Amino acid sequence: MAGLASPLRVCRGILKELRAMQGPSYKRSLAYSYVMDQFRKNKVTGERYCRAQQEALHASHTYLCLLASTRSHQALHNLYHAKGECSTEEAAGLVGLRLPTQPGGKGWEK
Amino acid sequence: MNMFRRVFQLRNSFGNVISVCKSCPSHQYSKCLSKYSTASTERKRFYQDVSISQGDDGLYEINLDRRKLKTPGGKLFTVPNEALAIAVATEWDAQRGTLKFYTMHLTTLCNTALDNPTQRNKEQMINSALKFLETDTICYRVEDPPGLVDLQKNEWDPVLHWIENRYNVTIGSSSSILGPEIPQATKETFRQHLNSYSLWSLTGLEFVISQLKSILLSLGMVDRYLTVEQAVLLSRLEEEYQISHWGNVEWAHDYDMYELRARTAAGALFIQLSSENLTVKHKIMQD
Repeated sequence: MAGLASPLRVCRGILKELRAMQGPSYKRSLAYSYVMDQFRKNKVTGERYCRAQQEALHASHTYLCLLASTRSHQALHNLYHAKGECSTEEAAGLVGLRLPTQPGGKGWEK
Repeated sequence: MNMFRRVFQLRNSFGNVISVCKSCPSHQYSKCLSKYSTASTERKRFYQDVSISQGDDGLYEINLDRRKLKTPGGKLFTVPNEALAIAVATEWDAQRGTLKFYTMHLTTLCNTALDNPTQRNKEQMINSALKFLETDTICYRVEDPPGLVDLQKNEWDPVLHWIENRYNVTIGSSSSILGPEIPQATKETFRQHLNSYSLWSLTGLEFVISQLKSILLSLGMVDRYLTVEQAVLLSRLEEEYQISHWGNVEWAHDYDMYELRARTAAGALFIQLSSENLTVKHKIMQD
């Protein structure tokens, strides 16, 4: 179907995702060495349409999609769905009310 | 110290059956370590390093610090190739603070393939996959609004024709409520093709089909005709049409789309890695 992005872009994308996931020490991770290895191995080919190369490119594109979408999904989850229930003070504050206070303490409190 | 013994089975959010380990009577002080506990208690990340190692049988294992990873069923977690092992290790390594199992799609798929908690065999999986064919998303067309009809024709027809050519079958689309009539020969062709998949690949394929709601889109993606983003877009075509008309709601539409993409990508990668034979042929340089 439509042409896949070039290997360089996919490789850069994967490295960006790994760096976002693991911080500055991403170069020491397993995934980094494996990905770089695979990209180097598949760079040179004698055929004009090398099936292994296309397969590897599709696989790398899929992996990039996996990393990017899990990160985006997690970010959206934290942004919109992670807060949980708010306390009674916050719930009252939503409509501009405050919780009632009883200066002498409630009847059953000391 | 009082010794207690509890054996109970819980269903986690993925519907897999987890067993909690029995406390050993030989230990004075025993703590039950359940790696995949319920949603009420959150597991913190309890390991520093994630690494992989290869066992004697050639299968790869994941090590969290010193401990070997196990499936919820208690079996040793093994994968057949290095790439999958590294991807799973990266998932575990990406956890910060608490363990969020809903982000570890590859791990979940491997667990399902290893444990097979519902005891499915290849034939059952192929049958359930072929059942999808009758109500496949890209064969089931609407009659109005005309914008959507055209969109479905322009986007789904090429995929349909590609599959028909590749597998030499007739499928056709229909806008009746019963869906298209799939000839038996088509089903047989697909059955034969799916028979060539291993149990692991079929597990992945079943997952992808249930996410995309379409066996044809799944096959198109596995055969590398579609990328994951394209397959997800085609699966959500009507939603995208409505979004373009009424607007996008980030906390629902984007959230669902990214989740669908992540799961589909994991499934596709899982299928590909479970069924590949890595051989590199080097040409000998001739001087």
